[in-house]
Amino acid sequence: MNELKRTPLYPEYEKHGAKTVDFGGWDLPVQFSSIKQEHAATRTRAGLFDVSHMGEILVEGSGSLAFLQKMLTNDVSKLEPKKAQYTIMCYEDGGTVDDLIVYQLSESTYLLVVNAASTEKDFQWLEEHKFGAVTLSDVSDDYVQLALQGPKAEEVLQTLTETDLSHIKFFRFEDDVSFEGVTDKALVSRTGYTGEDGFEIYLPAASGQTLWQAIMQAGEAQGVMPIGLGARDTLRFEANLALYGQELSPDITPIEAGLSFAVKIKKSSDFIGKDVLTKQKKEGTDRKLVGIEMLEKGIPRTGYHVFAGEEEIGFVTTGTQSPTYGKNIGLALLNKPYTEIGTEVTVQVRKRRLQAQVVATPFYKRD
Amino acid sequence: MSLPKDLRYSEEHEWVKVEGDKVRIGITDFAQSELGDIVFVELPEEGDAIEADEPFGSVESVKTVSELYAPINGKVVEINEELEDSPEFVNESPYDKAWMVVVEPKDSSEIDELMSAEEYEKMINED
Repeated sequence: MNELKRTPLYPEYEKHGAKTVDFGGWDLPVQFSSIKQEHAATRTRAGLFDVSHMGEILVEGSGSLAFLQKMLTNDVSKLEPKKAQYTIMCYEDGGTVDDLIVYQLSESTYLLVVNAASTEKDFQWLEEHKFGAVTLSDVSDDYVQLALQGPKAEEVLQTLTETDLSHIKFFRFEDDVSFEGVTDKALVSRTGYTGEDGFEIYLPAASGQTLWQAIMQAGEAQGVMPIGLGARDTLRFEANLALYGQELSPDITPIEAGLSFAVKIKKSSDFIGKDVLTKQKKEGTDRKLVGIEMLEKGIPRTGYHVFAGEEEIGFVTTGTQSPTYGKNIGLALLNKPYTEIGTEVTVQVRKRRLQAQVVATPFYKRD
Repeated sequence: MSLPKDLRYSEEHEWVKVEGDKVRIGITDFAQSELGDIVFVELPEEGDAIEADEPFGSVESVKTVSELYAPINGKVVEINEELEDSPEFVNESPYDKAWMVVVEPKDSSEIDELMSAEEYEKMINED
């Protein structure tokens, strides 16, 4: 077995009592105190996440825009420097290579932030399809990525910088942010994966630990907690944010996953997957991602089969007991006829089939 | 890590407490701490037979489902119904409030084959 990779923040995990797990080859904290406490802290105060395992791919050169327009489903031409965009990379058949955020750093430079486990695959896929004056570099190891998420995120982070964070709007960023006591400058965007307000911060690996410590200290009075992957998953799930490998995969298109907003079939350039995705967007899909809530006692889990009578009609992509609401809920990819809100279905929970119904998503939306 | 001396322990992290001709069964402090926040406990029904090393129920944390493995053969004579509404007892009080079932052993000599607190402690430290 290969040795697990560690982020530069690894030494901080132990200080906060983290339990770590193998997550796609990375030794990452699944929890620090408890998933429920960490989840609640992020919803009501703020949580600090080490997400340095995420991959970063730099796209440079005068042909970058044309190249990315071809590779990505969203309209990259809508970006300008200091703006970011959620987007999808698809195969010809509409299946998903990955979902990612693209940051426009300058006129012809873009940073793609991709899922850790997909980084190599994405890089190869981009390299295979490269055309024009474009250079690609995998800069994942150069960056530390921290996320500070929750209603107190801005207040806490503001105490460490002169940059007026209130001017950074949703999906905008500043790339020359100095933090008190931290040598390197950082890129700070108002983005996240929790359904809360907050920031994602990218900075050179060498400064990662200093910034982590500064944020933990600055946030002590507000009750900022370090957050592991467990709560990261329940937070994003309640907010109906897709996880690659569950809601999205080579077998699931972004239209099926309800991500039509990130597929711009009317953009001027052609893009990989356009034919299938256009058809799906216009005519609808045979399957749709919906929310389900258990009516009988039991928790839906990833991969559990869903039935209507004796007919198998789909499967659960993610499910758990919602820490915010205490309800047993899931996201499920179901055949179209069973996707209306209120439709009753059953979920195979190990040996038993339990009643559930289709409900509206997102489960959680902040005030 | 709490490991009461008067209990016997199984390799699957259950504890067994002898009470006259019956035994009370639950999961250990180590097990609950490994699992994290318990949100659901599924138990057998009174009268069900349980079979050594076979699943007789499950505990679910926020993240995962774990089977409960019967430490001995026997018949369930009582279940802890409070765990249905208060699964958090498993985290808060694994040896007391979170007992799971009371079982009538088929062969009480099976209890002697389980580990002592010292043996169990040694096992979890070796893992």
